[in-house]
Amino acid sequence: MLKVENLVVRYGMIEAIKNISFEVRDGEIVTLIGANGAGKTTTMQTISGLLKPASGAVYLDGTDITKIPPHKIVTMGLAQVPEGRRVFAQQTVLENLELGAYYRKDKNGIAEDMKNVFELFPRLEERKTQLAGTLSGGEQQMLAMGRALMAKPKIMLMDEPSMGLSPLLVKEIFRIIEDINQRGTTVLLVEQNAKMALAVADRAYVLETGKITLEGTGAELAASEQVRKAYLGG
Amino acid sequence: MAFLSYLISGLGLGSVYAIIALGYSMVYGIAKMLNFAHGDIIMAGAYAAFFAMTAAGMPLLAAALISMVICTLLGVTIERLAYKPLRQASSLSVLITAIGVSYFLQNASQLMFGSDTKIFPSVLSGSFSLFNGRLSVSYLSVLTIVICVVIMSVLTLFINKTKTGKAMRACSEDKGAAVLMGINVDAIISITFAIGSGLAAIAAILLCATYPSVYPTLGSMPGIRAFTAAVFGGIGSIPGAFLGGLMLGIIETLAKAYISTQLSDAIVFAVLIIVLLIRPTGLLGKKVSVKV
Repeated sequence: MLKVENLVVRYGMIEAIKNISFEVRDGEIVTLIGANGAGKTTTMQTISGLLKPASGAVYLDGTDITKIPPHKIVTMGLAQVPEGRRVFAQQTVLENLELGAYYRKDKNGIAEDMKNVFELFPRLEERKTQLAGTLSGGEQQMLAMGRALMAKPKIMLMDEPSMGLSPLLVKEIFRIIEDINQRGTTVLLVEQNAKMALAVADRAYVLETGKITLEGTGAELAASEQVRKAYLGG
Repeated sequence: MAFLSYLISGLGLGSVYAIIALGYSMVYGIAKMLNFAHGDIIMAGAYAAFFAMTAAGMPLLAAALISMVICTLLGVTIERLAYKPLRQASSLSVLITAIGVSYFLQNASQLMFGSDTKIFPSVLSGSFSLFNGRLSVSYLSVLTIVICVVIMSVLTLFINKTKTGKAMRACSEDKGAAVLMGINVDAIISITFAIGSGLAAIAAILLCATYPSVYPTLGSMPGIRAFTAAVFGGIGSIPGAFLGGLMLGIIETLAKAYISTQLSDAIVFAVLIIVLLIRPTGLLGKKVSVKV
């Protein structure tokens, strides 16, 4: 589904991503864990085309997408839930969801997916005429996820979905991530909350200062001494 | 009665400012830049209409159409050549570039058409009287006000109801997130420049119908006043541009009538300063509050 090969990303002189390779297979939940500044968001933004790599390639179903403008990548079946949610605060919940389906022309399919999103997030349906800026943090996260789902993605990138949420909501969000995955969407998840991320992930990679230092199944990494010391609090 | 007649001509003048202010405000709202060449697009529109009517002998409506097409193309071309390469640059670089484009257009037109003032053909003269002839209202004022209200209504509907309009609002809020929705931000910016420049052509003709002289720096003063109107009403806001334009036109006309012609600009800008001291975002400017 998604394959990252020898990716290098620079901000001016600083090399933020130093030659990383990983892949996400059909139907998986894969997570990248790592501390602040490890390069997680940079990796995500490079995959979705917002940043251009210095070298290396990102293959989506075999096509190198590093030269494709980001608004076209969405139409190829890759949607991103950005860090900090970034919902359109001045537009209603409904308008936000409609924007998620911006590139699509299939009216019936859009209506169908809108129904599915409301089924997944009943709270959004209750608040559909409200401005997105007036929602709580958890609701905004749900809206950002629902909005990405409206693009009918084959693979969904999620950047720190649990950031700033209460433990109860974090659980809820991770339950929904599993739900989305079971309904057929492949997920690439970036998280600082390593414990929760490893619990839902099929496979995981550890990113440290721009390099992948460890990889394995979610359970393997959760059991690894190194990961437990660095990310799981002993 | 005199007051009422000043008020109506103020509304007429204000409507022209409002139409120009829309161009500034929409471009600012979406591209987050002040397009100081906007006034000079008005000038280009005035020349286009002038030559279409005098040299080609076209009727007013055809000339207006030609003028709109030329201004739209000019606006989109300027954006592509001068502003698009600066998308990642600091806002100061973009501002200086816009001022440069403004001078370029003024000098290019002086080179092509000469610096002499050309007299715009009289297009809509005459007036009708009300209250047994005590109040005389020019057709032009009424037409200008009507056109302005129509433009404002159509544009508001467009922004709120159409898919492109919603994409424009999304770009105005967060371009990075808009791209992730599959919105082609460059295309949206082009559309914005096209609309703003097309409106500048309409403003050019209405302006020349009132002050029938065409010369290379024709757009500067109306441009600056309309920019003031956009800031006054709250830059980035469409109703703000409308309200700001009308207020500015009325204040200017009343100041000219009752206080002093020479001081009218000073009075207009004094009012602007006072409004901005009290409401830094302008009359209808948004105070953004976002929960995190």
